[in-house]
Amino acid sequence: MTDNLLRILNAILAVILGSGGVIAIVYGLNVLVERLPKVWKHQLLPWVYVGPAGLLLGAYLVLPTVRTVYISFFDSRSETFVGLENYLFAFASREMLLVFRNNLLWLVLVTGISVSLGLVIAVLVDRVNYETLAKSLIFLPMAISFVGASVIWRFVYAFNPAGSNQIGLLNGVVTALGGDPIGWLVDRSINNVALIVIMIWLYTGFCMVLLSSAIKGIPRDMIEAARIDGASEMQIFWRIMIPTIMPTITVVTTTMIVFVLKVFDIVFVMTGGNLGTDVIASRMIKEMFNYRHFGRGSAIATVLLIAVIPIMVVNIRRFRQQERH
Amino acid sequence: MKYSLGLTVGLSLFLLSACNGASQQPDSGSAARTVTILGVVVGEQQDKLEQALAPFEEQTGITVVYEGTDAFATLLPVRVEAGNAPDIAMFPQPGLMAAFADAGQLIPVTDFMDDATLQAAYPQTWLDLGTFDDTLYGMWYRVSVKSLVWYVPDAFEANSYDIPTTWDELMALSDQIVADGGTPWCLGLESGDATGWPGTDWIEDIMLRTAGTEAYDQWVSHEIPFTDPQVKTAFETFGQVVLNPDYVVGGSTGAISTPFGTSPNGLFSDPPRCYLHRQANFIASFFPDDITLGEDVDVFLLPSINPDLGVPVLVAGDVFGMFNDTPEARALMEYLATPEPHEIWAEAGGFLSPHQQVSLDAYPDPVSRKQAEFLTTADSIRFDGSDLMPSAVGTGSFWSGVVDYVAGTPVDQVLENIEASWPN
Repeated sequence: MTDNLLRILNAILAVILGSGGVIAIVYGLNVLVERLPKVWKHQLLPWVYVGPAGLLLGAYLVLPTVRTVYISFFDSRSETFVGLENYLFAFASREMLLVFRNNLLWLVLVTGISVSLGLVIAVLVDRVNYETLAKSLIFLPMAISFVGASVIWRFVYAFNPAGSNQIGLLNGVVTALGGDPIGWLVDRSINNVALIVIMIWLYTGFCMVLLSSAIKGIPRDMIEAARIDGASEMQIFWRIMIPTIMPTITVVTTTMIVFVLKVFDIVFVMTGGNLGTDVIASRMIKEMFNYRHFGRGSAIATVLLIAVIPIMVVNIRRFRQQERH
Repeated sequence: MKYSLGLTVGLSLFLLSACNGASQQPDSGSAARTVTILGVVVGEQQDKLEQALAPFEEQTGITVVYEGTDAFATLLPVRVEAGNAPDIAMFPQPGLMAAFADAGQLIPVTDFMDDATLQAAYPQTWLDLGTFDDTLYGMWYRVSVKSLVWYVPDAFEANSYDIPTTWDELMALSDQIVADGGTPWCLGLESGDATGWPGTDWIEDIMLRTAGTEAYDQWVSHEIPFTDPQVKTAFETFGQVVLNPDYVVGGSTGAISTPFGTSPNGLFSDPPRCYLHRQANFIASFFPDDITLGEDVDVFLLPSINPDLGVPVLVAGDVFGMFNDTPEARALMEYLATPEPHEIWAEAGGFLSPHQQVSLDAYPDPVSRKQAEFLTTADSIRFDGSDLMPSAVGTGSFWSGVVDYVAGTPVDQVLENIEASWPN
């Protein structure tokens, strides 16, 4: 009992002194630098603020990344140098080609449908008086974790043999209509789409909220002027709304692409990557932890990193443009 | 003023970290005599394990700190690499243990125990299974018999079905059940990211019965490839059952979608949704609570296919390996070689022991006794092959290959895929 109490007190003390300590370090360094001659001061002051964050980033982000790239040139136990062998696997093996095909499918369908559906909903709810309610409902799934959502959807897709009680929503509907239950996660022609639907369900709300606020930012008089000039609603949508909120659409789309590239939990929980449903991230985890092939796992991680870079570049450019305005 | 504030805070921070380090010492310290174990046993099974280790703690005054995890295969290597290995690990697969033995990270049991004691405790088969490079590293504790077919005696009696003694009789019985309007087999392959493993057990069992132990050993150690005709025969014999939609509840989609733990429930429904279920002894812990072993459900060994090869028994189990050479760890390993911990867990149920001094009377129900007897009287015993293969195959492409095969991928392509994934 007293042991636990001591631990709690210890933890509280650590938090207080820890955060206090960080403040103290920055503050103290600041005071020190302030006392230096002016030439020095201007050189050093930025580092007082950027330095600690930079150090942490270096230790926890840059170093591991460099190490991952380094390990990707070695064999399964990171002992022998194997050159580009792991990258040959990552790009040319049949399993990986399947993985890339799946990821492409995810990219096109999830990004395309979430963004366009989000946009359509944002425009439509802008005109009704129960807007808040509608938006909240659609945004709700965002609050659920990937794993939680996957567990929910496992029940939606659950399969029981014909003749027994169907606990799955979809198969309940199918059998009520007189059909035979379908193995949604087993049938190769639909299992990928069945997984993709989950992410669309999760992220349409996210796209909608961002796009909706962009739409609300369009000046009213601009739209009214168009109406007076005799533009139809479709013309207003395509020629005024879309071009005006284009920066937001780009940001939302690129963000979605990054999210999709990272998708792992849904596949892992729903099918474990079986029956042709693996994606880049789930394959990486498999190689790394199930097969204990650190070289291949790191090579796939590096490929994923490289795939994300151009999208991040686009995003950062977009930020810079906005800063300038 | 400001200057001294920063200094004070910084100084007290340093002091805190200093006394923190000091105050943690007794927690992990050397004063108390402890032995740490990392294993896969969790939940109700963990209680039984701790019960079995309790006399050891009383007799020696050593505290056993057992930590159960279901991420064993991920956690253990990380801890060993980080220099934080448990004193003893309870490996569910000898393959992983062999990897550590290979890297020189395990302490040989023979360093501190003499041959006579070990020979008296374990049959040669199990000593061999814990031996790598001619050195004994592993102490077997909980084992499972996999070649079991579960059935409900009442249902068999009601339809006057006989227990088959050959594969042909088994298939004839299956046909008979279909003709009577029933479905013979309950089969579930779903097991999260391990989906497919029950199918690998089927194939290993069949492989032993069609190709024999010698070919089985060659297959497991990759002296013959996965594309070998003998392996293909094993897959196709499994296919006789699993790919026949009349034989399996829910057909192949049902087999892939049904969790292995709930699949035997069809045996106990009224009318039975199936009459036969091939699964290891541990499936009994997944049965509904009101099922009494020996009355409501019984087992027979999966019959022989080629009479020349007899009825081999496929087994698996947990083996203890030692990372840190401490007197406490040695004492625990010595305790495991005595019948006491084996008998305690055997009496608690859901446990089979490889220890040869454990009498059959230690088991609480006739089904467990029968299983223990299978273990001691088997024509030959072989360890679960997928647990011995490299993990890229044994816990990867073999599992997913079985799922692909059941879903309809041609057998040759499945075998080629698995063969291609075998690490060089």
